[in-house]
Amino acid sequence: MLATIPPFLVYLIGAPLALLIPNGSLRSAFMCLVPVVGILLLLDIPYGDHLTTSIVGQSVTLLRVDSLSFVFGLIFNIAAFLALVFAWHVRDAMQQVSTLLYAGSAVGAVFCGDLISLFVFWEATAITSVFLIWATRTEGSYHTGMRYLIIQVGSGVILLSGVLIQASQTGSVAFDAMKLDGLGTGLIFLAFGIKCAFPLLHNWLQDSYPAATATGTVTLSAFTTKLAVYALARGFPGTEVLIYIGAVMTVFPIFFAAVENNLRKVLAYSLNNQLGFMVVGIGVGTPLALNGTAAHAFCHILYKAVLFMSMGAVLHRTGTTKASELGGLYRSMPITMVCCVIGAASISAFPLFSGFVSKSLIQSATADTGHWIVWLVLLFASVGVLEHSGIKIPYFTFFGHDSGIRCKEAPWNMVTAMVLTAALCVGIGVYPAPLYAILPFPVDYQPYTVAHVVTQLQMLLFALLAFVFLMRKGLYPAEFRATNLDFDWIYRRALPVIIRGLGLGIDTVWSRLIGGSRAMVSASIDAASRNFGPYGIVGRTVRVGNGVAWVAVLLLVTLLVGYSAD
Amino acid sequence: MTGATLSGIVPHLPALQVVVPLLAAPVCFLLRRGVICWGFATLVSWAAFATSLVLLQVVLADGTIRYEMGGWAAPWGIEYVIDATNAIVLVIVSGIGSAVMPYARRSVMAEIPANQHGLYYTAYLLCLAGLLGVTITGDAFNVFVFLEITSLSSYILVSAGAGMDRRALTAAYNYLVLGTVGATFFVIGVGLLYMVTGTLNIIDLSERVPALQHNRTVHVAFAFIVVGMGLKLALFPLHTWLPNAYTYAPSTGTAFLAATSTKVSVYVLLRFLFVVFAPSYGFMALTLDYVLLPLALIGMVAATVAAIYQYNIKRLLAYSSVAQIGYMVLGIAYGSVEGLTAAILHLFNHALMKGALFLALGCIMLRVGDVTMRGVQGLGRQMPWTMAAFVTGGLSLIGVPLTVGFISKWYLITAALDDGRWPIAAVILASSLLAIIYVWKIVEAAYLKEPPEGRVVREAPLSMLVPTWVLVLANIGFGINAEFTVGVARTAAMGLLGGAP
Repeated sequence: MLATIPPFLVYLIGAPLALLIPNGSLRSAFMCLVPVVGILLLLDIPYGDHLTTSIVGQSVTLLRVDSLSFVFGLIFNIAAFLALVFAWHVRDAMQQVSTLLYAGSAVGAVFCGDLISLFVFWEATAITSVFLIWATRTEGSYHTGMRYLIIQVGSGVILLSGVLIQASQTGSVAFDAMKLDGLGTGLIFLAFGIKCAFPLLHNWLQDSYPAATATGTVTLSAFTTKLAVYALARGFPGTEVLIYIGAVMTVFPIFFAAVENNLRKVLAYSLNNQLGFMVVGIGVGTPLALNGTAAHAFCHILYKAVLFMSMGAVLHRTGTTKASELGGLYRSMPITMVCCVIGAASISAFPLFSGFVSKSLIQSATADTGHWIVWLVLLFASVGVLEHSGIKIPYFTFFGHDSGIRCKEAPWNMVTAMVLTAALCVGIGVYPAPLYAILPFPVDYQPYTVAHVVTQLQMLLFALLAFVFLMRKGLYPAEFRATNLDFDWIYRRALPVIIRGLGLGIDTVWSRLIGGSRAMVSASIDAASRNFGPYGIVGRTVRVGNGVAWVAVLLLVTLLVGYSAD
Repeated sequence: MTGATLSGIVPHLPALQVVVPLLAAPVCFLLRRGVICWGFATLVSWAAFATSLVLLQVVLADGTIRYEMGGWAAPWGIEYVIDATNAIVLVIVSGIGSAVMPYARRSVMAEIPANQHGLYYTAYLLCLAGLLGVTITGDAFNVFVFLEITSLSSYILVSAGAGMDRRALTAAYNYLVLGTVGATFFVIGVGLLYMVTGTLNIIDLSERVPALQHNRTVHVAFAFIVVGMGLKLALFPLHTWLPNAYTYAPSTGTAFLAATSTKVSVYVLLRFLFVVFAPSYGFMALTLDYVLLPLALIGMVAATVAAIYQYNIKRLLAYSSVAQIGYMVLGIAYGSVEGLTAAILHLFNHALMKGALFLALGCIMLRVGDVTMRGVQGLGRQMPWTMAAFVTGGLSLIGVPLTVGFISKWYLITAALDDGRWPIAAVILASSLLAIIYVWKIVEAAYLKEPPEGRVVREAPLSMLVPTWVLVLANIGFGINAEFTVGVARTAAMGLLGGAP
């Protein structure tokens, strides 16, 4: 009996129950218990389809557990637990409820066996998560949340349109691997792409995540985009265009990240870049690549969480995450610093850290299938990651010029969450076997070969060396792109310029597009308000005579139409 | 009551369905005292509901019932004919009545002067009898008679709001003029049909009209009936009487009328279009394609946009009703089994949504006395149950899965896609998206804004919350398990189109 309780139900029941408990440590403890129960349930459910019923003549499966959904379901539960520990001190009921419901929706979405219930949870993640942004309770965050909500709900509507078309064409709404060949699957793909922050569809991410509360960003970063990665891995494995989309995703945020001053925004850009790796893995579609995607999502949620947590802790203590205002915090917040460095080492894929054992799966898969250019792009992107997340984040926060800020170490619950998460990052990096064991396909992969370790270290150390050199010479950040020592001079100089130009171009087009459509939208809203509002033709009280006139007109039209038939 | 007398009553249930509320009305008038009238009207509604449920069950099990009033055989006497289509409409009308009545006591006490309570319940019973009569009868002229009973009593229901806002009187007057025009058009159409066929019995008409399908008189009759009923069911742009009537009527009147009266008119239109006439006639096919379909689409979008800009929430929901009627007419205009299934399904589902929404609004009226955007500010915390009911109804209106709204939209869209009409499916989705905006406006006011300074209100009384939540839960229940409603709607649609039931 216990086996068929879907984990999302625990969150759904847990959220209102939590409100019954007096606000305080007791409630926080109860909330942390929710994901633990979720994990226990999940471990107990046998693989297969459960809770299948029928709605509108379509078969609906609420709980499909297989190796792919298990990995994502497990990490979502773990992430929820860590985020809740991190947010232990939060006494805002709105954030508490929305964190639980949001995590629950994401967990529910992962286990959907059909597109209808996927749509339900898809929209649920959008609606529940927006409160984490609104929780800042500023005018700006209200508008940011609104933009976020519109885009996320829009993605759901596009998904529903695709599902409807797909259902009417194939008669089935099963959520399995699809071919990207018609309007229906095209719309579904687009909906996934919006949530996955594909290039040009990505702006909502950098817009909204840094606007959330210190704890809210940690939660946000774990679920929405990884849900999209899961959906893509389930729906479109081996779709070649994903390789190129992913490759672009890994590269373009680097340049934005490097010039960005708000460190949480830097992390949002690097989130995008990491998603690119996963998308490439899905595009390659081989067992090794899909394993890589799943493993990378697993590790990524953890190290991204620890990075966002450390920035959250800094924000909590100092009130800012601007690189220009921080520095020298290692004296005040040593534990946070260590955790942040561990997260940075993981995201940069240092050997013995989690990123190394997962990213190399994807990297190897691209090499195995002969995508050499993509392989090179990923290598270049890896160096970029090292630069902006691996070095920039810890350096400008904890070292660099001393900002003079002296504050307390982060609160105990934040420290606990960070230490736990960082420990997981190191644990997976040192001993990847348990992670490999739960991947969708049987793994025969050894990350720690001498050649692999040496290559990786060479690349990383040279990049570090370059950074140090440039810092000493005062050339950073103007010349930061030159840290990429493995490539020849033309590549070093030309590509960044081209991409910077491209980036600027994209930005210009984007802002024109936004500006233009904004003007159009407000013009049409004005027009609609004139004609449809309480004083417009449609909205106002119509006089009896005019009403009768309409009757006469319509009778005439109907008669004419009827006469024209014969 | 013994089993023998019970089974002795069953054959006469069709007559009792109408006669009981009709005779109850004068009795109620004689009872005078408000609370007694209320109890009486509630009992009568429940009896009517029970009757309609039994009738539906019998129809689903044994097929069409034909009942001769007073033992007069069909062409001479009046005949009641019940099949799946009107059986489900009977259930809607009497069911909504049964939900509104227990709720009415507190709401009517607050909104209507005490000396008018007896009259109000009398008008309600007449309206109920009229709506049931229109639905159940198999005689075209009898439809008109009951239509007039319904109309006259609903003018009274609307004007009963005059105690709160004098504009109820002009709204009722406006409604009266246009409603009379609509009924007159309808009776002119029926008269023209009588002129050429010599019968008023709907089944006889359906046998004689095919031979006359090129007769000009039949064409004119058709046009008058379509426009007349179009006015009664508030087809855009003939909806102009509706927003004010719904806005200024008392809460219970609005809830009852919005959930039932336009639905019954939709039913009459269905009955005449597909039983008396047939979509295979050239003039009807053209009318469906070039009059009803475009008007339905324009109405769906225009009325939704108009709803977005409304400040008074009752008026907002009234415009949303006009849009929702567009969905039903759209299903009718497809002229296919799928289309009619969707239309009948939405007829049922929309009654549940609007019933729930207007009842929730009545709770707000009782406690706050203001159903504008300002009135609901901060109510999310002050009246959590009422607002939760309202939001669920709103989600259903948008068409969120697990609510009846989703089922309706699903069938409407798949019906459009089956015929390869992509643009229509897109318009349906677009108007659903617009609906999100007006529902959101209310959610935002209720949950994200602070209540006006110093306003303290309590949650609505249980006698009002329970009926509201019964309808809300019906929204969810029939949204999760739609097998029954879809089955009935499909049987009805196939019966209307002359296929095997």
